[in-house]
Amino acid sequence: MYIDNKKVQDLADRLSSSAEIQGRSLWQDARHRFLKNKAAMISLITLTIIVIFSITGSAISPWNFEEIDWDAMSDVPTLGVPSIQSGHYFGTDALGRDLYSRVIQGTQISLMVGLIGSFIAVIVGTLYGATAGYLGGRIDGVMMRTVDILMAIPFMFVLILLMVMFGRSIYMIFIGIGLLSWLDMSRIIRGQTLSLKNKEFIEAAVATGVKPLTIITRHIVPNVLGIVVVYATLLIPGMIMTESFISFLGLGVQEPQTSWGALINEGAKTIQHGTLWQLLFPLSFFIVTLLSFFFIGDGLRDALDPKDR
Amino acid sequence: MSEHRKQILSVENLSVEFDIFAKGAMPWTKPDKLKAVDGVSFELSEAETLGVVGESGCGKSTLARAIIRLLPAATGKIVWMGEQDVLTANARSLHKIRSNMQMIYQDPLASLNPRMTIGQIIAEPLTTHYPETTKAEVKAKVNEMIEKVGLLSNQVNRYPHEFSGGQCQRIGIARALILKPKLIICDEPVSALDVSVQAQVINLLMELQKEMGMSLIFIAHDLSVVRHISTRIMVLYLGNVVEVSVANNLYVNPGHPYTQALISAVPIPDPAVEKNKKVILLEGDLPSPMNPPSGCVFRTRCPKAQQLCAIQKPALLEYTSDHFVACHFAG
Repeated sequence: MYIDNKKVQDLADRLSSSAEIQGRSLWQDARHRFLKNKAAMISLITLTIIVIFSITGSAISPWNFEEIDWDAMSDVPTLGVPSIQSGHYFGTDALGRDLYSRVIQGTQISLMVGLIGSFIAVIVGTLYGATAGYLGGRIDGVMMRTVDILMAIPFMFVLILLMVMFGRSIYMIFIGIGLLSWLDMSRIIRGQTLSLKNKEFIEAAVATGVKPLTIITRHIVPNVLGIVVVYATLLIPGMIMTESFISFLGLGVQEPQTSWGALINEGAKTIQHGTLWQLLFPLSFFIVTLLSFFFIGDGLRDALDPKDR
Repeated sequence: MSEHRKQILSVENLSVEFDIFAKGAMPWTKPDKLKAVDGVSFELSEAETLGVVGESGCGKSTLARAIIRLLPAATGKIVWMGEQDVLTANARSLHKIRSNMQMIYQDPLASLNPRMTIGQIIAEPLTTHYPETTKAEVKAKVNEMIEKVGLLSNQVNRYPHEFSGGQCQRIGIARALILKPKLIICDEPVSALDVSVQAQVINLLMELQKEMGMSLIFIAHDLSVVRHISTRIMVLYLGNVVEVSVANNLYVNPGHPYTQALISAVPIPDPAVEKNKKVILLEGDLPSPMNPPSGCVFRTRCPKAQQLCAIQKPALLEYTSDHFVACHFAG
C-alpha cells in the first residue's frame, strides 16, 4: 500500500499545532450554497446589469427623456421604430420622446420605489416585531392588534385617496408604500422572535444576566436576519408591482417623469397603431427584473434555511 | 449535612404557579392555577450535590428555573449565602447573585447561540459581569476553561453546529464555570446524551466540583446517575417533596412508598437478580396538577393509602438520621 508520507506528516503537524482553527459560520455555509444555485446567480448577474444600465445607460443616448423628436412624432409607426441611426435605440413613444431614455428613467423610479419600500419594511418591521415578540403579554397584544387594524384598511383605496387629496407625486407613493409595507414584516419577525424567545440559549443569556437590549441585538436579531433578508428580497417586486399598478391606473408618477407601470400603460394604449415596441421594451424590463428578484429571494431562502426545502 | 460547612442556599416553602387560560375564555375571566411546585423547602451547603429526581412533569425544571429567577415564584423564600432573598432582590443585587449561580441545560445544542463562535459563547458571562476585562485576559480565561472541560483550545473560532452533543455539553459547562460560580444548577444535563458520553460528562462535572468546590443541584430522572453524583437526594412528586435523604440511605432504605416504587424499577445489571426482583407497580396516572388530590398528593396511587391520607397532608418528618419522609405510614 502506498502511503504519502508528506501528507501524513502534514496531517500530524496540523493536528499537533496549536494554531486556531477557523470555524465555518452559518453565514459562510449559506453563501456557499447560494453561490452554487445557478438560477439565483444568473438572476443576480442580470439584476446587476439592469442596475448598472439604469445608472450609466443614459450616457450613450443622444436624446433626453423629456425631449420631443418632432420629426419622429409626425409619423411614429415608421419614423419612430427602434434604430441605431436615428439614435432611438428602443424607438419613440407616441409623443416622439426617446423610449430608451424613458425606460432608463422608469427603471430608476421603479427600483427606487422597491428599495425604499423594503428598506422601511426591514427597519420598522424588524424592530417593531422583535420588540412586540420579546416583551410579550399585554404590550404585544396592543402592538399586534394595531397592526391588524392597519392591515384591515384597503391599502390601494387609501393610496388613491392620498393621491387625490395631495396631488400626484412620486413622494406620495413613497409615503403610502412606506406606511404599509412593514406590517407583514413585523408579523413575521414577531412570530420568529416568539419561537426564539423560549430557546435555551436565550434563557441561558437571561440567567447569566445579559440585559434585554443586548439579548435582542446579540441573540435574537442575528438569528432572524436570514428570514428578514429573504422576505425583503421578495418584498421588492411586490412594491414595484404596486407602484406599476397605480401608475397603470393613471395615478402615480407625474409627467414627464415615468415608471415602468406608466410606460406599459402608454404602450398598451397604442398597441393597435403598430407600435408594439412601446409595450415590449418596458414590459420585458419589468418581467426580467421581477423574475430576477423572485429567483434571488428563492435562492436566499434555500441557502439560509436548508431544512425548509 | 455537616455543621461546619457554609450554607449556600436555603429554600423555604417555595411555590410556583402558572396561569392556565381556558380555551375561548374571555380576557377578564380568572385563569385556573397550576401549582407546578408546591411548598418545597431544602438547604444546600458548600461543595454539596443535591440530586433532584421525579417523573416527567413533577416540577423539577420549574424548581430550577424558579431558584435562578427565570420564573416568578408565587410564595416562599430563597436565601442566598444566608443573607439575601433572591426573590425580592433588586436588579443590581440579582445581577450579582447570578454571577455566582449558573445553569447547564438539557439540550446541549439548543443552549448555544448558533450564530456565535464557542469562544464568544464561553466568554459571554465574563464580558457581561466584568466588561472591563481586556481582550487578551478574556482569551486566556476562555482557553483555560476550554482545556479544563477537555476540548482543544484551538477550537475557539468554531461554531456550535461543528461539535457533537457531548462536546456541546462541555461547552455549556465551560460557559457555566468561567465565572467560578458557587452554585451550578444542572437541568437534566445528560438526558439528551449517549450512555457512554453521559458517563464522561458526569465524571467531568465531579472532577471539576472537586477542583473548584462549587455546589451542584443536579436534576435527572435516571436514578443510577443521580446516585453516582449526589451527596443528598430529594424526591419530588407533583411539585411536593416526598423524601429527602443522604444518597445511599435512599437506595438502601427508602421510606416513602413512591420512592420504594421508583427504586424497585431501576434495572440491575445482573440477569439472575433482575429476574427475581420484585417490582412495585403503581396503579393509575399522575393526577393533574391543576386539580391535585386532597391531603397527601400520592394517595390516589399509593398501595398503603388509608382514610387519614385524604384528610391530612403528611409533613416531612425525620425517618432515620438525615433522612426525611413525608408519609403517614413511612417504612
